[in-house]
Amino acid sequence: MPRLTPASLMPVLKACVAWGWLFMLPDLAFAGDSAVPGSAMPWWFWPLALFVTCFLIGIVAVPAGIGGGTLFVPIIGGFFPFHLDFVRGAGLLVALASALAAGPFLLRGGLASLRLALPLALLACMSSIAGALLGLALPAAAIQTALGVIVLGIVVLMLVSKKSEFPHVPQPDRLSSALGIHGVFIDGASGRSIDWQVHRTPMGLVLFLAIGVMAGMFGIGAGWANVPALNLLMGAPLKVSAGTSGLVLSLVDSSAAWVYLNRGAVLPMIAVPSVVGMMLGARLGARLLHVLKASIIRRMVIALLLFAGIRALLKGLGIWA
Amino acid sequence: MNTLPSTNALQQQAEASRYALLLDWGTRVGVVALFLSFAAYLTGLLPPHVPLEDLPGLWNLPVGEFLQRTDTPTGWGWLALAHKGDMANLIGIALLAGCSLAPLLGLIPLYLKRRDHAYATICCLVAAVVLLAASGVLTGGH
Repeated sequence: MPRLTPASLMPVLKACVAWGWLFMLPDLAFAGDSAVPGSAMPWWFWPLALFVTCFLIGIVAVPAGIGGGTLFVPIIGGFFPFHLDFVRGAGLLVALASALAAGPFLLRGGLASLRLALPLALLACMSSIAGALLGLALPAAAIQTALGVIVLGIVVLMLVSKKSEFPHVPQPDRLSSALGIHGVFIDGASGRSIDWQVHRTPMGLVLFLAIGVMAGMFGIGAGWANVPALNLLMGAPLKVSAGTSGLVLSLVDSSAAWVYLNRGAVLPMIAVPSVVGMMLGARLGARLLHVLKASIIRRMVIALLLFAGIRALLKGLGIWA
Repeated sequence: MNTLPSTNALQQQAEASRYALLLDWGTRVGVVALFLSFAAYLTGLLPPHVPLEDLPGLWNLPVGEFLQRTDTPTGWGWLALAHKGDMANLIGIALLAGCSLAPLLGLIPLYLKRRDHAYATICCLVAAVVLLAASGVLTGGH
């Protein structure tokens, strides 16, 4: 087991210090000034801060086993001066870019199943469009409040949900049999060939309808909901669930992203630094996966999400503007 | 439907390989377009539609107000302004948002060849939903 050493953590520590300095700058600049933070800063300050933040989110997202998009919207929406419409548009692109980057690798490795993903993605794509339209129609305060509730729900889910490496599926349901939803994957850890099948497909389809609405409405991706639905409800092995979730996300986020793009809610100066920062951070996070202690990172991320969720809720309710 | 597990595994591998290949190339093209257009935007090679200095006063506005103040079109209207630095970035973003279409359409002949009409139909439907979202018809920005 690789050990956590100070040297191995240096890149992360340096990034954290840089991030801290970046956020101290506006405080220093605005000491004794009542103006809205960010208004007197040069235009490049917030995109740079966004890039650094997304880079850090990308690093911790991989070991924490959570999609970068889930962290992106509550954190950027809560602590940056951008309107939530643009944050959600960028959030969808961040989740989409991550899913697209991982998709081919997961498919070639047999960890993502097209037969499992496509029927679920069909319903989730349709509902994500509805969610995106609804999200852009509702007042920002209502979305912010609902986002706070959802993020706090994710925290609870992360704390209490159990995972099953290889769930026992005694018999596939009729729909999954008719669609031929089953497969084989080679478990890299044990080298074993695992045959898998799923059950409760109709219930899974209904759940993915709801997941699509949330993905479109909040722009947070939906890996946090996809994986438990595939693994615990439908009985797909954990690794197949995680891989297939990425594939579903690439389709769901693409449908919702078009809605935001057509409505003008994608601002390149917010979206591109976010996507690039997250992609670079995720690459570093994947390399540090063996060095960083996943359980500690996961606890840190849960604490961060808890704070961001409370912030979103209070901001939405007008208590902490 | 498939009866032999080994045949099923081979078929799924063929589907996955084709999908992965097309998705991989689509993503690469989208990312390169995004990087190049953003570099042109930042360096001023392509002058922006909304001046960079004005952004801090605009990005905190709801999208409707932002569009009104900056005279930015909705739907595919940005294509007419694609020579502007900020709008040019939307080409890369559109490529990324649309790059699942080619793999979906690429699977259809595979499914039809083995008479898997259910999955051929599902692929057509998913592609149709993505196209519908992309068209702008649903968002009133057509």
